[in-house]
Amino acid sequence: MTPLQIIFLIVAVLTLGCAVMVVSTKRMMHAALWLVMTLLGVAVTFATLESAFFTVVQVVVYIGAIAILIIFAVMLTRPEIQEKEPALNRGAWLAGLAALLVFAGLAAGLSLLPSFGSQRPPAAVEDIAALGAALVSPDAYVIPFEVASVLLIGALIGAIYVTGSQQQP
Amino acid sequence: MIPLSWYLIFAALLFCIGLYGVLARRNAVGVLMGIELMLNAVNVNLLAFWRYLYTGTGAQVFVAVVLVAAAAEAVIGLALIISAYRRRKTVAADEMTLLKG
Repeated sequence: MTPLQIIFLIVAVLTLGCAVMVVSTKRMMHAALWLVMTLLGVAVTFATLESAFFTVVQVVVYIGAIAILIIFAVMLTRPEIQEKEPALNRGAWLAGLAALLVFAGLAAGLSLLPSFGSQRPPAAVEDIAALGAALVSPDAYVIPFEVASVLLIGALIGAIYVTGSQQQP
Repeated sequence: MIPLSWYLIFAALLFCIGLYGVLARRNAVGVLMGIELMLNAVNVNLLAFWRYLYTGTGAQVFVAVVLVAAAAEAVIGLALIISAYRRRKTVAADEMTLLKG
């Protein structure tokens, strides 16, 4: 066992434990805080993949923006009776069965991959300058970049429109 | 070194935990948290394939687009949940029956 393997195993177990807490704890505010821990564990996983850029992006975008947004939504939609009601719906055991079946299918399918047990190539190859150039180059990925920009503008305007109108039905 | 299979199994487990959250949670915000877990599992898979097999910029652009889609999905989903909460005073996903005739 190399030190990187030990670090990966510890982080993976902690991340999966936090993820289980996210989907099983009763109070939504606690679930949001467990979600922050899970996102941090995924960021460490990105770091073990030697992708410094996406580690930083994961911390800034997910923990800094999306998790805070979810915490605000939990605080804005907190009725007093919610804590006493069951956190899971009636078909929760069916959901668990479906998740187990999906995992079995994924594991069986992944183990058929020819590259399933492959080792990583030695050189660290993250080139952020090339990524930035590819995002705005017309013969590379400028179309997905522009579509993502339009998607973000649409989400911004849509969120303002949906939550801004105060009239009651 | 870590073989690729460890990352794939880790991401599959994270995806299935998120799937369970999406299907089993009553609170709609909890459903969105499950979707975030699933999108994170997808990003772990994409970055693992980028590191092990396809060391170009294409996989990184894919990860960035998934991040943007996750941000837009969280914004729109939470806006809809807050709007529905204002009208019905509930965030339980099985009580949101505004479209029922």
